[in-house]
Amino acid sequence: MSHKEAQKNSHKKAQEAEDRRALRTTTTDEELAAEMERERPELEKTWACPTGIRGWFTDTDHKSIAMRYVITAFVFFLLGGMEAVLMRIQLARPESHFLSPDQYNQVFTVHGTTMMFLFAVPIMTAMGIYLVPLMVGSRDVAFPRLNLFGYFIYLIGGIFLYTGFFLNTGPDAGWFSYVPLSGPAYSPGKRVDVWAQMITFTEISALVGAIVVIGTAFKMRAPGMTLNRIPLFVWAQVITAFMIIFAMPAVMLASGTLASDRLIDTHFFNPAEGGDAILYQHMFWFFGHPEVYIIFIPALGFISPIIITFARRKIFGHLALVLSLISTAFIGFGLWVHHMFATPIPQMGQSFFSAASMMIAIPSGVQVFCWIATLWGGKLNLKTPLYFVLGFFVIFILGGLTGVMQASVPLDLQLHDTFFVVAHFHYVLIGGAVFPLFGAFYYWFPKWSGRMLSEWAGRWNFWLMFIGFNLVFFPMHQLGLNGMPRRVYTYLPETGWGTLNLIASLGALVLGAGVVVFVVNVFWARRAGVIAGDNPWAADTLEWSITSPPPHYNFHNIPVVQGRHPIWQATEDAPVVRGLSTTKREGLVTSVMDAQPELRFDIPGPSIWPVMVALGAATALIPGIFTPWAFLVGAILTGAALTCWFFGDPNYENKTARETGEKVQPVSHTELRPKEV
Amino acid sequence: MIRRTSTTLRRYGRLVAFCALLCFSSCGGIQNAINPAGPYAGSINRLWWWFFITCSIVYVLVMIALLLALRNRTRETELATPVLEPPLESERRRRNVVIGAVTLTVVILFVLLVVNYLTGRSLTAEQGNKSGLNVDVVGHQWWWEVRYKDVDASNVFTTANEIHIPVGVPVLFNLQATDVIHSFWVPNLAGKKDLIPGKINGIWLQADKPGVYRGQCAEYCGMQHAKMAFWVVAESQEQFNAWRQNQTQTSVQPMTDSQKRGQQVFLSSTCVMCHAINGTPAGSNIGPNLTHVASRQMIAAATLANTRDHLAQWIKDPQVVKPGTRMPQNNLPEADLQALLDYLQSLK
Amino acid sequence: MIRASLLCVFLCLFVASCKREQRQFSQPPSNFKSYDVTMSDIHPGTPGMPQPVQNPSDQRAFDTNEGKRLYTQYNCAGCHFNGGGGIGPPLMDEKWIYGENPENIYATIVEGRPNGMPSFRHKIPDSQVQQIAAYVRSMSGQLRKDVMPARNDTMNARRSEQRTEREKPQRSSPPLND
Repeated sequence: MSHKEAQKNSHKKAQEAEDRRALRTTTTDEELAAEMERERPELEKTWACPTGIRGWFTDTDHKSIAMRYVITAFVFFLLGGMEAVLMRIQLARPESHFLSPDQYNQVFTVHGTTMMFLFAVPIMTAMGIYLVPLMVGSRDVAFPRLNLFGYFIYLIGGIFLYTGFFLNTGPDAGWFSYVPLSGPAYSPGKRVDVWAQMITFTEISALVGAIVVIGTAFKMRAPGMTLNRIPLFVWAQVITAFMIIFAMPAVMLASGTLASDRLIDTHFFNPAEGGDAILYQHMFWFFGHPEVYIIFIPALGFISPIIITFARRKIFGHLALVLSLISTAFIGFGLWVHHMFATPIPQMGQSFFSAASMMIAIPSGVQVFCWIATLWGGKLNLKTPLYFVLGFFVIFILGGLTGVMQASVPLDLQLHDTFFVVAHFHYVLIGGAVFPLFGAFYYWFPKWSGRMLSEWAGRWNFWLMFIGFNLVFFPMHQLGLNGMPRRVYTYLPETGWGTLNLIASLGALVLGAGVVVFVVNVFWARRAGVIAGDNPWAADTLEWSITSPPPHYNFHNIPVVQGRHPIWQATEDAPVVRGLSTTKREGLVTSVMDAQPELRFDIPGPSIWPVMVALGAATALIPGIFTPWAFLVGAILTGAALTCWFFGDPNYENKTARETGEKVQPVSHTELRPKEV
Repeated sequence: MIRRTSTTLRRYGRLVAFCALLCFSSCGGIQNAINPAGPYAGSINRLWWWFFITCSIVYVLVMIALLLALRNRTRETELATPVLEPPLESERRRRNVVIGAVTLTVVILFVLLVVNYLTGRSLTAEQGNKSGLNVDVVGHQWWWEVRYKDVDASNVFTTANEIHIPVGVPVLFNLQATDVIHSFWVPNLAGKKDLIPGKINGIWLQADKPGVYRGQCAEYCGMQHAKMAFWVVAESQEQFNAWRQNQTQTSVQPMTDSQKRGQQVFLSSTCVMCHAINGTPAGSNIGPNLTHVASRQMIAAATLANTRDHLAQWIKDPQVVKPGTRMPQNNLPEADLQALLDYLQSLK
Repeated sequence: MIRASLLCVFLCLFVASCKREQRQFSQPPSNFKSYDVTMSDIHPGTPGMPQPVQNPSDQRAFDTNEGKRLYTQYNCAGCHFNGGGGIGPPLMDEKWIYGENPENIYATIVEGRPNGMPSFRHKIPDSQVQQIAAYVRSMSGQLRKDVMPARNDTMNARRSEQRTEREKPQRSSPPLND
């Protein structure tokens, strides 16, 4: 009893001390500055990241993880691009023998798989992991260690695919791996198993990224950033994260059942024993179509801040844009069958999906009109990021319109699986995602590195990519109408497809040159670029309020947000949050709707265990395509690593909190300095 | 400013030129979706022009709007103060324009949807079997087996990679696959339909003009997906009847010594393991039926013209023409090969 | 140092996997000779067995899979059924009448055997005989697991080859004709 009381007393004392510290208000800016100066070394020590090889495996700073994600994904983009060039060389002339059909089939499969799973989705998630905490005013993401785990599982998956590819074990059944072709009877060897297992890796990583983004955006926003003040970028990321959570399990089911058909003789897709090949298509496209929006919606999230910044005005139709994003996400789950119009699907079902596919043009249209209206009402500062966004309009709208054509069942029966489709989805994916992504690179590179990319090289980059892109993909519309099917390793000279293919192949070189300009620009700018300063574009969102590159703890004082454009709307005596610990990693939890401060909580720091869990999972999954025993070994290793992750870390803050009986304190409005919100 | 606008204009000029290219270069061709030769492809073609013209107009309008939106620019050196409260009047005007544009989008989509449904209905309307033909198409890796069925057993026959249809009547094709998914597509005649193991699918074809149309597998089906084509020959009812009459016969008996020797070569070598020639002991259905191989215009799934040289090349080393094809290399002595060619070329 | 060891690992992986995934379509002329089986341990002349001949198809997943297809298409299943035997002797058990080595199987297919096994000389090209021979060995689990075929897309009368336990080959006499 007395022991308990003593504990209670000490607890109370600690709480009072903490409260005093939190309540201590500084009246003048000078005093605040002096106090921050005193705190800074302590903060820096608390948030310091391990460096060197140890840092590689243990650093949980969301910014360095996101940078690794971006660089890794970009390397995969370059690899996928090289595969594209190989294909274009092969197709430049009829009956070319540059690649054998076996090689070509591996190359196009790995190209598609890389671009969809190893480039597009991870790089979009990476942008979110870097920018969401900065935009919502948080010191770190919600689950930093989980985040680290997500990166390593993705990296291992990517290396696994490419090791297979270089060892002549590259998957060769297409990025969709339709059964029965990818099934046990028609794809001997381990090629398709590599594909199916790589999917598992990237799925885990994408799900982890989604959870991290949702947790951060919903619970770690700065006070005052109510739901309707969340930047459009963050909205796009959150909506994408929800889509990932609903879509990814479907492909996990597809690749899992495929792998079990191949490895342990199940009969999910064996028609002779009651299986169904179309079942696979449903499962795959239930993921596969939302996947397109998972890539595309974050890109829409890049466009809005770029337009706001360079049109120098608030966005037109903020609410309409958010609702369009949400409805795109909803409708995106209701049109997967338009990939399957040539299969024996009942008329009624086809009509439904046809209408749904056309309907998705409406939210896209709303967004495009809102953006054009914003540009119309703004004073344009025409810099490279805006060039890429304008390129987006020119290219993406064309791709969107050819998409409307393919929503029609009869037209799709002619266009499906031809080069017209190849043209269409490159227009929407390169135009809709890669162009905004490059715009985003130019826009946020100063924040990441502290230096500006060259504008001059940026123009070259844009025009080479824009012209190259159209040269490659515009002729493909015509090729498709002229009857050229997709995924062919060659064609006969009599078909007359030679000229347009040659134009496309030449265009690929121009497009490639554009990407090379970008890479050179990045390397040049890192050494010799103009020093950017905190806010080179005079932009409005919170990431521009801190130094470039940002400190490990992001925000010394978490700002209190006063509108949709925190920097533009900030007043002279804007309040900031004081009272977060400087001696341990601490974050502020706020309410989902109104971003009212609720809790301070301990943010976990560097740890080796996430990597160990990733390795344990890899031990289960990679040898798992050879022997089922790997799953047992892997499960044991993963379980052990998880145990250490959860319980074995002496520095884990919550343990300290429990032992000292110190309660995590809610922060109330009165503790905010100097003026209440 | 002017220089920029002219660059932009030139860019659109290029686009317009491309569109024009698209419109004019798309006529002709025996494997072309917008050169229809029958009612099915014809109505899809009409639908294509509906969509193409509507979408082009929409695209041009949006691009003009975008171009106009770019007029208002700041100088590079000075950044405008951000506008947080744009004048209400202009915002309201903008809102009306956007609402109008969205409404227009909805209306256009609705019209397109209705046109789309009408076309879809005409494509799938019950035709009645006027041609009296009942044709099974079976997709194999990587060739097409074509079975003409009939209630009269003497009219049943099997051929490969070449389909004949009479002009002016719709013919129903039952599509099946035995290995992986293929897709049956004759762009000039109709859209495509998948051949899925364990499923039955069907498609109507009708040609109004006599001629030869090329079709090709459109669903990725493995190594030789690229060279899995076939021809559809549309001919008058009389020609078709004559062709069918010929196909139902058993094979031509070898006349010359060379042909006789060729038949022996065929029956005693690898050929007989996979191919059938009706009227001889060769009866395997793993590869194409060769009973009337000389009557076909192409070999190797419409990859090579059916000439003596090509046939020799194909028999000796099919792996050069189609790497990965199921037909093995054959090391026949030259004399045997020539005899075999004589025999095969006699199989009209 | 790290680079060198990485290179070594890579090379090992390459050697291990390249054979499995090889797909050779243009077959070089086979030097795959057919030795006949020794029916007893008594040899004329000096003791010593002929060197066993490697069947390249034993290492290639594509070839065993092709062998499986050909096994059905050339109607091996007509007598041997799905390996359980019927008219012909079973192929999935541990008993081997004419030897379990690749060259023995090759000889059996090419030259035929008494009591019903026909000769397929000139009927099946060497490359395909190799593939069938490799498949026949996989039926009793004689090959590496990652090379042997998985289930087929038809009615599966038996476990797939890759999940078949390896049988230890035993000499056996021909079945008695009754």
